[in-house]
Amino acid sequence: MTGRLHSIQSLGAVDGPGIRAVAFLQGCPLRCAYCHNPDTWDPNGGEEIEAAELARRLLRYRPYWRETGGVTVTGGEPLLQAAFVEELFALLRAEGVHTALDTSCTGDLAAAERVLAHTSLVLADLKFLTEEDYRQYCRGSLARVEEFLRLTESLGVPLWIRHVVAPGLTDGEAHIRALGEKAAAYANLEKIELLPFRKLCLEKYQSMGIPFPLQDTPEMDEARCRELARLLPSGRAAGARGLSSQRALPL
Amino acid sequence: MNAWREFAPGSWQDTINVRDFIQRNYTPYDGDGSFLAGPTERTLALRGEMDELFRREHEHNGVLKIDVDTVITPTAFAPGYLDRDREIIVGFQTDEPLKRACNPFGGMRMVHDACKAYGYTVSESVEKQFCQHRTHNDGVFSVYTPEIRAARHCGLITGLPDAYGRGRIIGDYRRVALYGVDRLIEEKKKDKLARGEEPMLERTIRALEELSMQLEALADMKKMAAAYGFDISRPAENAREAVQWTYFGYLASIKEQNGAAMSLGRVSTFLDIYFERDLREGVLDEAGAQEIMDDFVMKLRMARHLRTPDYNELFGGDPMWITESLGGVGEDGRHLVTKNCFRMLQTLYNLNPSAEPNLTVLWAEALPENWKRFAAKVSCDTDALQYENDDVMRPLYGDDYAIACCVSAMKVGKQMQFFGARANLAKLLLLALNGGRDEKKNMQVGPEHEPYQGEYLDYDRVIELLDFYRPWLAKTYVSAMNIIHSMHDKYCYEKTQMALHDSHVHRFMAFGVAGMSCMADSLSAIKYAKVRCVRDPETGLITDYEIEGEYPAFGNDDDRVDSIACEQVGLFCRELKKNPLYRGAEHTLSILTITSNVMYGKKTGSTPDGRKAGEPLAPGANPMAGRDRSGALASLNSVAKLSYDVCRDGISNTFSIVPQALGKTEDERVGNLVAILGGYFGQKAHHLNVNVLNRETLLAAYEHPEDYPNLTIRVSGYAVNFYKLSREQQREVIARTFHVSV
Repeated sequence: MTGRLHSIQSLGAVDGPGIRAVAFLQGCPLRCAYCHNPDTWDPNGGEEIEAAELARRLLRYRPYWRETGGVTVTGGEPLLQAAFVEELFALLRAEGVHTALDTSCTGDLAAAERVLAHTSLVLADLKFLTEEDYRQYCRGSLARVEEFLRLTESLGVPLWIRHVVAPGLTDGEAHIRALGEKAAAYANLEKIELLPFRKLCLEKYQSMGIPFPLQDTPEMDEARCRELARLLPSGRAAGARGLSSQRALPL
Repeated sequence: MNAWREFAPGSWQDTINVRDFIQRNYTPYDGDGSFLAGPTERTLALRGEMDELFRREHEHNGVLKIDVDTVITPTAFAPGYLDRDREIIVGFQTDEPLKRACNPFGGMRMVHDACKAYGYTVSESVEKQFCQHRTHNDGVFSVYTPEIRAARHCGLITGLPDAYGRGRIIGDYRRVALYGVDRLIEEKKKDKLARGEEPMLERTIRALEELSMQLEALADMKKMAAAYGFDISRPAENAREAVQWTYFGYLASIKEQNGAAMSLGRVSTFLDIYFERDLREGVLDEAGAQEIMDDFVMKLRMARHLRTPDYNELFGGDPMWITESLGGVGEDGRHLVTKNCFRMLQTLYNLNPSAEPNLTVLWAEALPENWKRFAAKVSCDTDALQYENDDVMRPLYGDDYAIACCVSAMKVGKQMQFFGARANLAKLLLLALNGGRDEKKNMQVGPEHEPYQGEYLDYDRVIELLDFYRPWLAKTYVSAMNIIHSMHDKYCYEKTQMALHDSHVHRFMAFGVAGMSCMADSLSAIKYAKVRCVRDPETGLITDYEIEGEYPAFGNDDDRVDSIACEQVGLFCRELKKNPLYRGAEHTLSILTITSNVMYGKKTGSTPDGRKAGEPLAPGANPMAGRDRSGALASLNSVAKLSYDVCRDGISNTFSIVPQALGKTEDERVGNLVAILGGYFGQKAHHLNVNVLNRETLLAAYEHPEDYPNLTIRVSGYAVNFYKLSREQQREVIARTFHVSV
């Protein structure tokens, strides 16, 4: 079947383990305040592509993956095209490729379950800790996210939880501690990553003529982010990481 | 003392055969870098003195001092020291560190221009000595045809070594240490006698004269060493002597020749055998071993040639290309990594990062993981390494080859090359469209032909025009090279370096191309988008292009354009091979520009890919800056498609990535870089310069060079200290694609 692809980044070194080819799919139901890829929102944008063709393009980078790397599918929200991702992952897994699903955990659970059957690792964005914040800052639902996370747990798919830390929004110490507790409740959790908020996307918003909701929020200090990571349950904090926080796509 | 004590015997004892000695005696090392020693007090003190001289040299416009009274030869200058009491390894080209000398054998004009540029005047005695002396440069220009002159003048063929030493020859400097000079003299005398039995025709006579010059050079080398108090007529007896003897061989060569690239070869593993013996005998510890290597490397970092500003425009950063090849795998499957390979890389920590020596890791799948990781870590920390694919070179050159300059492989002491610059393929395309006229100077350069007619460029018709002009360019280029190397052999023969070769050598003639990706993108634009010609109303020349629509650009792993690049390089190589070469040399081709991509760009008008007149071309085989938009690996995959079978003189690719895009922790970055190198070379790619740094660092260094004296970056086949580049070259480096994370 076909899906809609925004682009491929051949060298991803910060979205899952090892060197990864990253496929950015088109379309997202959420509108996160700090979204770095507004150009992936439109479900009708991008390039239409067969799952087999996308798999072929991604496999071009296999020589670089060694034992640890593989493919990460992100977006947009990949679960918006669950059947397409299911086919893609099935093809890749048949080739022995490690597959990572980078998701905001929204979408139809039954369809998600079929994707997870071919998923080696889930990179789950846990954006906020209350329903209210979820509604206000990304038009999403915490309950849906938690349902999805429980599904990954019940299926035993390894889980990394990722969280964007934005000053004044998600950088409180109590907030980070609570995040750690919530995440640690999942038996399949392997790692928590704190991603410092960046504003590399400003130009993109400007060129698309839409306002960036966090225009006035300062960038997150990386050192502070590393400090916050110490508040997470030991052994599971991956710490802050650099520039790559919100996957800014080149225009 | 018996110099060869404890060494495993073999055929190396009966004939000159360093490879056999290495294979029988070296100790592969699988461990990590934890055994390494930091700098000693002595090293730090000496390094301080060296850094102070570098600082003063920089203050003096890049040239500390010029001796205008002495024509440099291996024996012309009295010994020079940095700090006689502290130095372990000694020897400078002149009687003072960093003092440059006049070497007029390649050409007097270059000496005049260089002295003048730095406020010096050549002394009367040197003038007198050389006013009657015919130089290489005189010889070449007395024979150049009008066509060659025109092609050279407009920048279609540039960087020809017709005014200075050609370089790119590697003496087997290890022979001095292993055998001592007397044994080498004895062998050369035998060769000369045998050669004298052959029919006494031009070939034989030339060979005999060359052998006699080689014998003179070996005698001079002994004299030079004796002035420093060393008797190199005998073999080296310990590690320190082995390093010193090897260095004397190299030093004599760089006193005699000012070739663009004067490479060191592959000495580290050879020297390791001596270090291991000293360590076993208890006369040296690790700190002492590292100290010797540190001192050796300091000497190499202080080697200098006198160059003109024009030359620096081509080869920015005052490079010497003291290329040392490290690692690789032997024909028997054992890797050639030794502790001393680690020590050589460790000098980048002990002495701070530096462009010289040009450290080159010969990459092979079978290298030990510890070594791969150590090299990758050094790359992340220093940006001073380049990597070349041993798995594609070993089948052709065996396991005792080395890299000359940037990417040119040759068997040490058995093969040499005639180096020869590059032809500008982007400019060839423009010339073809304009009926052989230069688009900038409006002069007829190539044969006359009807210029391209019509408003829009048609792919097939453009290819027909290229097919018409390519053979002409190849023939003109070969003619220039044959002239240059005939004259160089005649007037500027490398007697020291050739004395450290077998008497029968295999010769390559190394051609090159620049502007490869610009040409490929231009042809891709013509094929997949619509390209409209803009003609100058006065001259009628096509001087600009307008593109309607999109086209696939080289560097995105897109076969539509990558295949054009491969095809055009292959066609040019095939055309070169139709022309016979001087002295039966074998044709080879490189895709390498050094920093001349900036100057080539200046001389090239607007191109159909949308590049405007005067803008830089991409370095080496790199995609055009900013057009490789699918991430680093797509870019690498495109370059990996260029075949080493076609480009036997090397395919240079420079890769810059910001640290954050390579991984979150040092451990991840190192592991990921190892994976990238393995993936790239696993596809039979040839070469990769690796820079792990932020564009912001370069911007800061551009604004405040004084704050970044050790900022080293890889450019095209070599490393430079960033501050030594011209402003223009710095801007071009900053504008290159930096692969960032997404």
